[in-house]
Amino acid sequence: MKQQLQHYRKKTMADADFCSAQLQDLLPLYYKRFFPFGRFFKWLNYGGVKKNYFQRREFSFTLKDDIYVRYQSFQSANEMEKEVHKAIPYKMDIGAVFSHRPNQRHCVKPSAFQAQEKELVFDIDMTDYDDVRTCCKLADICANCWPLMTFAIRVIDRALREDFGFKHRLWVYSGRRGVHCWVCDETARELSQAARSSIAEYLSVIKGGEGSIKKVNLSDPVHPSIQESLKLMKNDFEDYALVKQDFLGNEKKREKVLALMPDDLRTDMRSDFSSLTNSVNCWDRLKSCTQAKRAPDKWRHVHEEVMLQFCYPRLDVNVSKGVNHLLKSPFCVHPKTGRVCVPIDLNKVEDFDPFNVPTISQLCWELDHLPEVVDAQAVQVTEEGQKRRRKDYKKTSLAAAIRVFDSFLEDLEASWRGRLLRESDLKNEF
Amino acid sequence: MMFLHFFVFIPFHSHFTIFCFPVLKAVESFGMCHTKWSEKYQKKMEDELKKANLPYRDLMHVSDNDLELRRKDHISHFILRLAYCQSENLRRWFLQQEADLFRYRFSQQLSGSVRKFLDLNDLHYTSILPNEKVELKTQLINSTFGMKELFDTQDFYKVPFTDALDLVRGRKIFLRHGLAYIPHNDLVSIVLNDFRTSLSRALALATRSFPLCMRSLHYALRDQHHLRHGGRLQYGLFLKGLGLSLEQALTFWRTEFARGSIDPEKFEKGYAYNIRHAYGKEGKRTDYTPYSCMKIIQTNTPGPGDHHGCPFRHTDADLLRQRLQSHRLSSSEINQVMEYVKGMHYQLACQKYFEFTHKVEDGAFGLSHPNQYFEESQKLLSGGQHAKRENSGEVQKPVVAPVTMPQSSHPAQSSESQSTQLSASQVEEQELLEECFANGVVLRFVKGTVELG
Repeated sequence: MKQQLQHYRKKTMADADFCSAQLQDLLPLYYKRFFPFGRFFKWLNYGGVKKNYFQRREFSFTLKDDIYVRYQSFQSANEMEKEVHKAIPYKMDIGAVFSHRPNQRHCVKPSAFQAQEKELVFDIDMTDYDDVRTCCKLADICANCWPLMTFAIRVIDRALREDFGFKHRLWVYSGRRGVHCWVCDETARELSQAARSSIAEYLSVIKGGEGSIKKVNLSDPVHPSIQESLKLMKNDFEDYALVKQDFLGNEKKREKVLALMPDDLRTDMRSDFSSLTNSVNCWDRLKSCTQAKRAPDKWRHVHEEVMLQFCYPRLDVNVSKGVNHLLKSPFCVHPKTGRVCVPIDLNKVEDFDPFNVPTISQLCWELDHLPEVVDAQAVQVTEEGQKRRRKDYKKTSLAAAIRVFDSFLEDLEASWRGRLLRESDLKNEF
Repeated sequence: MMFLHFFVFIPFHSHFTIFCFPVLKAVESFGMCHTKWSEKYQKKMEDELKKANLPYRDLMHVSDNDLELRRKDHISHFILRLAYCQSENLRRWFLQQEADLFRYRFSQQLSGSVRKFLDLNDLHYTSILPNEKVELKTQLINSTFGMKELFDTQDFYKVPFTDALDLVRGRKIFLRHGLAYIPHNDLVSIVLNDFRTSLSRALALATRSFPLCMRSLHYALRDQHHLRHGGRLQYGLFLKGLGLSLEQALTFWRTEFARGSIDPEKFEKGYAYNIRHAYGKEGKRTDYTPYSCMKIIQTNTPGPGDHHGCPFRHTDADLLRQRLQSHRLSSSEINQVMEYVKGMHYQLACQKYFEFTHKVEDGAFGLSHPNQYFEESQKLLSGGQHAKRENSGEVQKPVVAPVTMPQSSHPAQSSESQSTQLSASQVEEQELLEECFANGVVLRFVKGTVELG
């Protein structure tokens, strides 16, 4: 089956190439056959533990011609589907759960209408690394700089999981040059702005804007959280920095790294580097100097600081801070690349390839050209013809992404099942 | 004899102790003479507390009767604290002294008492067991400043990270599974911060609960350091109704006037008598009761230079509109209030004002007295189920923040747990707080040397 898929794909990739003009035609089909409204509702309703949780959620649509509408809200998955079919948004954002239904906010006093809860979110964007990657800049990404996203996911996910104890974390490809994280634990959704901002600061190691050259300064001793991050990055750092980025490969690049060192070390290294031939040798030399027994204290953490400055996750604190900050929804289509914002499998982060993410044109092509999957579940009685058509996605490249989402939903469901049980016990309901 | 009033503040969920001025002054003075926390300092502290008959060792033993007395006290305590907020400096000083005192007491408590204290105050912190401490030794030392030397003797507590946001933000502690591992000394800072926050808020909220007529008088007094007779009576009796004792009242007025042009001697001759009279200590000894709305509206019409009376009755419509605007009422709300004013229903206008400023509908009380206004307001701000809002089954909670310790976000507490989100009205409150402290609130007490009655 898989081979068949790949075969077809190779043959007709040209037919399935994407260009923005196609969005208008393809999006209706995408929303009809691919966007997982049912699962979406399952996620955002969180088991109905809190009343009207889905109904009080704000969504925003970006329509054709960049028309932006906020405060959309829906009674049910069906209603959402209907409205989306009507509007055909080019982009959908998910906002906060408010005190009242956002589309009825005019019925209450302005000061009474407030954002109350939202997932804790993170947005990692490759452009924030432009000063430390040499292969691309701005909206471009390639296989040589994508490892930065892998680092980011690993490091931040570990901290969220082990330091903060968050269990339900959904990582999503942003469709072009970054990744988003949605932390969905109940405790996360209830966090105040101050708490969100504190978490974001805890996770920030890169400090300093355009004006500062050295953006990482480690204290001594190094905080356990940073030590864990270094451990995670250590294995792949050399492949990334020395091979893919070759970040000590020429004089210009070397100067960038030298700028991060204390004066005395810099002088020594500059002269050492000039006699060395490649990145690997330079890096080894740096490490042996800073870790030598007689190295001054000031030097001790330099190579770690360099590692962190080049690879540690850079997140936009403002995105994480606000309780009512809107963030692009998973399973949206990126209007410029056509790629679907798919969930990323945490068990296979290294294998995730942004260039292999299905595009909307590819999916629509697959729908028409791939043979039906003979799926027991898909064989339904004709009255359920509708349902059967919906399972069409399973034969396409989107199936894998949906599976990742399903596994995330399963864990989430287990958490609210426990809650509902406890609460019905309290109320003596059976 | 030293003024030895003992005020205890309980913002409905916690049992913090606050001492009055002279004790604080003493704390400050030996804070200046001795290295803080040195042995001499601690001895002095102990002596001072002993003098004040305060349970310096074991604040745990609290009887129901104590609680009741404390509850009654707390309103008058607001007045006291109002007094200290003359300026940002003074406020800081006040908080610093209280904080030092608190810190001392907290650190002196035996660990069993500390545990009890934490429980009493709904602070769900547990100290870590020795084996966990050993297991995490490296991490704890590497994450906590100065811990290398102190490690063996320090107790660590596990605190939900949301209760230690500043330490989390600066990566200054060890974090695991959502719990911050805090050394004992830092725990004091955390608790103190909560304490300070609730104190600050309580201070701002006190004036927030004043009806418009008393707010006018309050600010007029603050600005001009003087009130004419009618104003002194109306406002003075209101404060009396809040629990201000005669001694406190005398000091209050004396000090405020002293900041103007009436020195204490002049005050004694010209004003003190009238105040004592109002408390029923002179002349025919009628213990005057605070004026009701009816009385304020109908009698004693204010003339030029007066600030008493009922704003809804006695203030020019245009000026009144302006004032309502400055209190952040919307134009539709202002119109509603003005309708009542036009119809000469002044108490209803005030009640509407109450409803708008407290974000409730259909106040369940019929307003007839300024002190009633204050109490209803306090009730509401403390989370009482005073006026239920009509809504479509949405999350119910008082929209104006109550005077309680800031809640840690314990999800276990309720499914519709208090939002830890700063609501629009909480933002407003913060701004009011800033305004209060920027401009000073009432005035300050000077060292009281008043005899106890």
